[in-house]
Amino acid sequence: MPISIQQAIRIVVVGGVLVVAAMPLAGQSSPYRAPRADGGKPDLNGIWQTINEANYDLEGHNAQPAMALRPGPYGPVPAASVLALGAVGAVPPSLGVVDGGEIPYKPEALIQKKQNQENWLTRDPEIKCYLPGVPRATYIPQPFRILQSESQIFIAYQYAGAARNIYLKDPGPAPVDSWMGQSVGRWEGDTLVVDVTGFNDQSWFDRAGNFHSDALHVVERYRRTSPDAISYEATIEDPKVFTRPWKISMPLYRRQEKNAQILEFKCVEFVEELMYGQWRKNPLSR
Amino acid sequence: MRHLFLAGVPAMAALLLWTPDPVAAQTPKSPAKTYSPRRMANGHPDLQGTYDLATITPLDRPFGTNAVYTKEEAHKRETAAALQREQGDQAIKGDRTAPPKGGDGSIGPAGNVGGYNTGWLDPGSTYTMVNGEIRSSIVVDPPDGRVPPMIPAAIQRTTAGRARPTSDAQENANDPGLEKAPGAYDDPERRPLGERCLLGFGSTSGPPALPDYFYNNLHQIVQTPDAVMILTEMVHDARIVRMNAQHLPKNIRLWMGDSVGRWEGDTLVIDTTNFTNKTRFRGSTENLHVVERFSRIDDRTLLYRFTVEDPETWARPWTGEYAWPATNGHIYEYACHEGNYALTDIMKGARLREKEQASAKAAR
Repeated sequence: MPISIQQAIRIVVVGGVLVVAAMPLAGQSSPYRAPRADGGKPDLNGIWQTINEANYDLEGHNAQPAMALRPGPYGPVPAASVLALGAVGAVPPSLGVVDGGEIPYKPEALIQKKQNQENWLTRDPEIKCYLPGVPRATYIPQPFRILQSESQIFIAYQYAGAARNIYLKDPGPAPVDSWMGQSVGRWEGDTLVVDVTGFNDQSWFDRAGNFHSDALHVVERYRRTSPDAISYEATIEDPKVFTRPWKISMPLYRRQEKNAQILEFKCVEFVEELMYGQWRKNPLSR
Repeated sequence: MRHLFLAGVPAMAALLLWTPDPVAAQTPKSPAKTYSPRRMANGHPDLQGTYDLATITPLDRPFGTNAVYTKEEAHKRETAAALQREQGDQAIKGDRTAPPKGGDGSIGPAGNVGGYNTGWLDPGSTYTMVNGEIRSSIVVDPPDGRVPPMIPAAIQRTTAGRARPTSDAQENANDPGLEKAPGAYDDPERRPLGERCLLGFGSTSGPPALPDYFYNNLHQIVQTPDAVMILTEMVHDARIVRMNAQHLPKNIRLWMGDSVGRWEGDTLVIDTTNFTNKTRFRGSTENLHVVERFSRIDDRTLLYRFTVEDPETWARPWTGEYAWPATNGHIYEYACHEGNYALTDIMKGARLREKEQASAKAAR
């Protein structure tokens, strides 16, 4: 059957559109459309985890012998307190997760950060199993579960049993400061934007002594980019500590094991010997 | 005709799932049959919300009382409880003297040594109401409303392990068995789980989740197609109930046990096993088995019913139930461990006392 010129053009155009639609466009926003949860929003339900070195140090860093170091005859060696851990206590390298590479500390805050790093063993809240704060809860290398319904969003972290309710209606300013802050979520298109305020000044960002004050304000962005990944960004603002807001970015990966679960990591029990052991009636050798 | 049409269209057939199965809904304990709760997209009742479990209905029925109070009886008791709270919240006089050693014996934690006044507490003010009945106990089976006695082997086991506190122990236990047992202050492991910030005291997290008659009784439920999350305010414990799943392998043990859920009609049934041998709800073993049943009584209230079973502890299973009323209150962070100066002080205090006793003995 002969076809008209008009029909021929239409076929070409339609074919062209199909080709474009089928090809992922490098450097452009992903065409991925996430499955919908109840209520029509992208479904973030699942067990997620980061795969990176951010909890060691958000900034780019070389591998090093240990988190706690002391001078050796030819350069730093592990501090006596962590020596027995050998390679298990060593720090893996990373190009970092901070946009632009460096955290923009105020000069006096940078001094504090360096002191924190030098006193990691006694100062890092993770060592005492304290609540991780935000965004550290996200990239502490343990899984977390997002529970999302039409009316509620909640994040349950395995580490220390940390938990966060994401208010979908703003309850107003946080009445009291807390480790995990007060989270208020909203959808911007297909991105869940979580505004976190009401922090105390106790949590750290990583094991490298990166810290904040009680003026911390974090804005997180969660966006599904594939069946098994979420793009995660956190913008960090704290005028007492930083010269300007800065941002970290990383993917969250779905734990795909058929039996993937959030189990209990109640590390409070694991640090009792460290924190209270000296007060036993018969203290163990230290 | 319309019915036939619906049955023939797959998309519409899915809508039939929205309708509660009238047969399955007729479980014996199903509340008011005429009430239809709001539903999730998958057709199951929406149990979500924040609930305040505080009630003055005790777990065990007081001896000599009926299972159900009359309105007058309840009013009288609730008024007395309110008066007690008011008295416990009197302004403290600046020129008061120190309370006597060991407390003055009046109402208040540890005999009122000067800890909390009632203004800090939120122990509940009313009796729980189930099926229109004002209940005098949470336990409904056995019919005497009391937790069955422990079997002799269990008594032997728990007595031998005295000062090995259980998950339902009070933080400020007045239980002489606990506080005065030999070695109660020797090691942190011998302190109550609440004092160690491992679980809330009084079995607030459970399961079974019980009111603690003290404070921080809020719970939040979030429900997704695959899971139900129950957050206990105290010690921010989020228990994740996996729906229609198998229990974890027996070697995986959890403080709050492993919970799997299923729907029986409009009732959410949660089965929990795999407890640690340190949880020890009321002295139970790690083989404790708890079945909880959640259903909606009305738009603001859930009915919570639970059956507890451990043949190594009780000769028979026992069951309790009480209402979970919704609250507009918010759950704030309960960062217990992070501010736990008390445990250091308690342990250190015990060592100081031993030192003083030793030097007093040496001086004699």
